[in-house]
This record gives sequence, structure tokens and C-alpha cells, in this order.
Amino acid sequence: MGLLSFLTREKKEKLNEGLSKTRESFFSKLVRIISGKPKIDDDVLAELEETLILSDVGVNTTLKIIERMKKRVSDEKNSDTSRLIEILKEEIVFVLGEDNQAESEPAVYSNPHVIMIVGVNGVGKTTTIGKLAYNFKQEGKKIMLGAADTFRAAAIEQLKVWAQRAGADIVSRQMGADPASVAFDTVQSAVAHKSNIVLIDTAGRLHNKVNLMNELSKVRRVMEKVIPSAPHEVLLVLDASTGQNAIEQARQFTKVTHVTGIVLTKLDGTAKGGVVIAIADEFKIPVKYIGVGEKMDDLQVFSKNEFVDSLFQSA
Amino acid sequence: MFENLSDKLERAFKILKGQGRITDVNVSETLKEVRKALLDADVNYKVAKTFTDTVKEKAIGQKVLTAVSPSQTLVKIVRDELASLMGGQKTEINLSGNPTVILMSGLQGSGKTTLSAKLANFLKTKKVKQPLLVACDVYRPAAIEQLKILGEQIGVPVFSDEGNTNPVDIAKKSIAFAKENNCNVLIIDTAGRLAVDEEMMNEISRIRDAVSPQEILFVVDAMTGQDAVNTAKAFNDRLNFDGVVLTKLDGDTRGGAAISIKSVVNKPIKFVGTGEKIDALDIFYPERMADRILGMGDIVTLVEKAQEQFDEKKAAELQKKISKDQFTFSDFLDQLRQVKKMGNVKDLMSMIPGAGKALKDVDIDNDSFKHIEAIILAMTEKERTNPSLINGSRRKRIADGSGTSVQEVNRLMKQFDDMRKMMKMVSSGNMRQAMRNMQGMR
Repeated sequence: MGLLSFLTREKKEKLNEGLSKTRESFFSKLVRIISGKPKIDDDVLAELEETLILSDVGVNTTLKIIERMKKRVSDEKNSDTSRLIEILKEEIVFVLGEDNQAESEPAVYSNPHVIMIVGVNGVGKTTTIGKLAYNFKQEGKKIMLGAADTFRAAAIEQLKVWAQRAGADIVSRQMGADPASVAFDTVQSAVAHKSNIVLIDTAGRLHNKVNLMNELSKVRRVMEKVIPSAPHEVLLVLDASTGQNAIEQARQFTKVTHVTGIVLTKLDGTAKGGVVIAIADEFKIPVKYIGVGEKMDDLQVFSKNEFVDSLFQSA
Repeated sequence: MFENLSDKLERAFKILKGQGRITDVNVSETLKEVRKALLDADVNYKVAKTFTDTVKEKAIGQKVLTAVSPSQTLVKIVRDELASLMGGQKTEINLSGNPTVILMSGLQGSGKTTLSAKLANFLKTKKVKQPLLVACDVYRPAAIEQLKILGEQIGVPVFSDEGNTNPVDIAKKSIAFAKENNCNVLIIDTAGRLAVDEEMMNEISRIRDAVSPQEILFVVDAMTGQDAVNTAKAFNDRLNFDGVVLTKLDGDTRGGAAISIKSVVNKPIKFVGTGEKIDALDIFYPERMADRILGMGDIVTLVEKAQEQFDEKKAAELQKKISKDQFTFSDFLDQLRQVKKMGNVKDLMSMIPGAGKALKDVDIDNDSFKHIEAIILAMTEKERTNPSLINGSRRKRIADGSGTSVQEVNRLMKQFDDMRKMMKMVSSGNMRQAMRNMQGMR
């Protein structure tokens, strides 16, 4: 039984449910675009451009996708609109790049395996940790949470509630304590208690605050003192409703903490989450999980094929 | 990622150069750039399109005055149009009721709880009111606790009904509590909800009906993308809110969502959240927001700040010194201190058009000047006026005296020398040479 295989259970169903909003609007627009138009021409592509930009894919990535589609249509000398969706799908999969590691099992897991969670304010870091802890617990893992968000009022209490719900251990100090020392203690205590998974919560911070970003890199560094290879993963949590600023967030957080993956939250709203495509295009950081609801089990491993499949399912 | 709009416009405007009139042909390339900049700033696609069409209509046929270039004329039209789109009627927060009820609404993570506390603090200190914070978020773990802690920090009471899971009921009870305790403004914090969540949207409508608020505020994250229009419209259709609050504007987002929301629901933006501190709440300036979205920098604010601090007499003296090549370390120190008086250096620099991008990767905090200051202070008066005196052993002494290294002293000496050369060139009118040197320095 793989470490993350629990997540694949009924995954597709949930993903479809969560993405239904995305799919409906995206797909219905596509249908409108191609109806009554036999050829993929500039008008069709212009409307496609609008659709992609409205999904937060961003101007640069959108233009790139459109250019590639144009080239294909002319190279293959086949501009039948019935192929539009198929071509678009292939191009988006292409931009999303290599298959995610999360889909296959990581070869070796350290014990404990330390995961640090970072992101700007209000994206859902603490909730994501709660969901991750719950999922790992279902896998039979021993979990240790570290309440290194010592800044926001009641963040520690919030994490404690999640720890209780998920059945995880937690290391916490009082509000205002040094987050790096909380992280240090958490990893140390995880080693002593033989925990399998460590999840470190950090305070939300805007990526242009130099001092706060330095603090984050310190939190990362002190964990290395306990386990040289820690943290084994750094997950950047992004809100699906965020626009082009998410790209800057990805850039800055990667710079200070070496982000290994993205968690895209709040995909159950009307937001399209298209910014994932732009980020994959620019940084090649894989999306690992997506949040599609408010329940404990509403977190799934991201799979680009299923993601795009879901977008175009009715096709 | 965000290429600076002013740079792009400059390029696009070359087409306009030498033409006396803005025409359909020469304006379209420029407006394409404007549109792209708006989209990069997360302005909604349709809003951006309508906007550039309007600008085009206004611009075509306009005579370009000889005093200003066509580009300047067009920029002015773009900026004015943008500001007027966001401005319109300026409405203060409505505090008419007795007690006044303010209802907060918005998506998860938009910053409602923090904003509720900031608003309470604002009403208490600036409007001399007795606010009451009401904790109606019964869903998110520790949300009530969070509001209580914030309330305590600002000395504002918080009404909560532990164990009660019915927000409508809590809201109703809070009014009686406010009357008993002589609170005249209630700020009701609610749970974050998605606009598509029918059940939760019904709940907030019921809270509204139960307390009939004077003011319903829609709190939205300034970083929101294209979806801002859908969310704002859905909340407005349901609640007919009175105003918008933009949060997290202290980030580096351009904040195009502001225009999108304004143009879809036509409700005033009443406040902006600009930081983590409890007093980081500002009123909204449409012109400044227009500049921010266009990536033009907040040059107006910068000029205002500079004017406040600038000593004209000193400036004239300095000018004289520079032209005679008598600029010394003492003058340099004066300059540094004057800049520091103007405020946070990085904030200041980011207001300069084009500088924001260049400075993104540079850590400038006010401390970065401390070393320079220390080095200069470790010099003798003689050394400051005659830097050529400073030989190896003096450099060693200065380094020790300022707690820096000889390398750092060397670097400053070199920078100072370059600066002096450049100043001389600028003042002697050899601007082109100076610019070239500056490029070389980067």
C-alpha cells in the first residue's frame, strides 16, 4: 500500500465534482466558440485567447499556447474545428510538462519525512495541514504537527483543533515565540517519538516582505540541524482565485525556501485555477495537491491528465 | 514577469512621435500594450477591452499640443479614464444607526477577521465610537478565539456565544448585548463563503435580514484574478452590499481586481488594508490606484513626500558645490540623512516609475545605509572634505572605527568617486555620457 495511494480513492469523482464549475463555464464557452464555424481561423483563436485569459492562464502563456496551436493547424494543414478541443488539451498538457512525481511514489521516504508549508496570508495553509494530517493518518502514519505560525492570533489554537480531529501529535509554544525554535523542537520531538510525517505550519506572509521571508529561510535552515536532509518537501499553498500575482509568489517563495510543490486550494469555487498552467510554464514547479472542498478528505493528489481531462470531459 | 508599462508605452509611443494628431492607426499599437498591461494586472478581460475602446474613442482626433508629446497626451487620457472609472462618488462609511450595524462578507481567506479588528480600531480612535466586535464565524476552527485576541489587543469588547452554532441567532443576540453595554457600532465578522455555496449564501442573507445593517462591506483580496467579477457580482446580487474593502494591498500585486469589481457592481471602494499591523487601514485613492495598476509608480506621493522634506536652500548650495566638483563626504552624509527622513527607503524607491521592478531582488532596508553612515562618521573632518587623503592605513583605521571591513571602505570610496564624476557630468550638461555611465554601473 503506497503512502499516498489513499488519495487516489474515488479521486476522479471528487475532482470532477470540484472542478465542475470550472468545466462548465470553460467548456460551454468552447462549444459556443466552435459552433457554426467549420474552420479554426483567427476569430476562433481570438475567442479561445479570451477564454484562456479569463481562466487566469495569463497573457504570456495564453499567447504561447495560441501560437503553438496556430502553427500546428498550418503545419498539419487541417483546420477542422472538431479538432480544436483535442489540440488545446494536448497543448495544455504539454505546458504542464513532466508527469508529477506525486503521481508515482517517491522512491525513499525519510523517517520522519518533514514537510514545510508556506504561502501568503489567507490561502489555506493551516486547513491544508489539517487535511494532509488526516490523510496520512488514514494511511496509518504517525503524524507530528509543528505550530510555527506564532504570529496570527489564534493560529496555534486552530492547528490544535486540526491535530485533535486528525489524531496527530502537536508541538506548540505561546503566541509570539520564535517560529524557528518551534520548528526545531518539532523535528527533534518527531525523531524522539518516532513519527513518520512532520508537518510544519508557518505564518502567512506577503512575498515582498524581505524580513519575513528571511525569517522563513531561517525556519528552513534550523530543521537541517536536526536532520540534514530536512525539510524533504516544501509545499507552497496558492489560492485558486489568485490572479497573476501567484506567479510572483511562486518565484519569491522558491527563492527562499526551495519550493518542491504547489497545493492549489479553493478549487471548489468559481475560480478557474488556470494560473497553475502559467506557473508550470514559467517555473516547472509541479502541482501536488488540490483542495476541492471544506471537508477533511477534500484534498487530492493533482494529476495533470485528470485535471485537463476533467476540464474537457464533456468533449 | 511584469515588464514595466511605462517602458513598453515608450516603445509603442515611438510610432506616435512626430504626428500631430492621434489617429486610429497610430493609437492601436499603443492601446494593445495598455490592454496587455491591464490583463497582467488582473483586470478582467472584458473590462479591459471596454476600457481601451473607450480610451480610443476619446483619444482619436485629439490634437496633440506642441508642449507635450502625443505619448504624454495618451498616457494622461488612459490614467484619467482609469481613475474616473475607480473613483466616482466618494462615500464615507455610514454610521447613522443607533446602534450602527456593519456586516462583513467575503470569500475564505480574504481577511475579514483582521479587517473587522482594524475597522473597530479605526472607529474607536478616529471616530470616537464604542465598537463591539461580533464573532459569527462558527465554522473555522479558532476563528472566535482569533477575534477575541484581536479585540483584547485594541481594547474593544467581543461578543461571542460559545457553543451556539447558529450565526443568525448570535447576530440577533449581539444587538441586545450592544445596547446593554453602551456600544454604538457593531461589526459582525462572518465565516468565509464561496459565492456558489447556496446554503452559506442563504445564511448570510438571513443574518442581514435579522440585523438590518447600515453598512454591508464586501472584503476582497487585492490579488484576486479574473474571477473577481463573478464573486463580486454574486455577493452583490445576494446582499446588495454598500462598499468594498481591498485587503493585502501591501503586497506587490497590481490590484486590477479593483477596477473589475468597480465596473461590475459600481460600489465604492471604501478602505484598503495595507499591512499586518492593526492600524494598517487606509482610505482609497483612485488616482494612486490607477498608477499602480498601470505600473507607473506612485510618483505623486513621492513628489509630495520630497516636497515636505526638501530644503531648498541646501539644495542650491549643493548644486553649486557639484558644479565646482567640491562634493564631499560630508555632503554625501547630509544627502543620506535627508533621504532617510523621507521614510522607508524601499517604499520610496518603489514609487519611482520603473524602479519597482529593478529593486525587486534587492534588499534595501533602512539599515543598508547604516554601514555607509558609520564609515563616513569614522572619517576625520579633513578626510571627509579631501577623500584623496585616505590611504591604506587610514582605510584600515576607518574600517576598524566603523566596525566594517577594508573592502567595504574601498567599495564606498569607489562608489563615491563614480558618483562625483557622474554628478559633474550631469551638471555640466553632458547628460548622455552620464546615462551611459549609469548603465555601465548596473
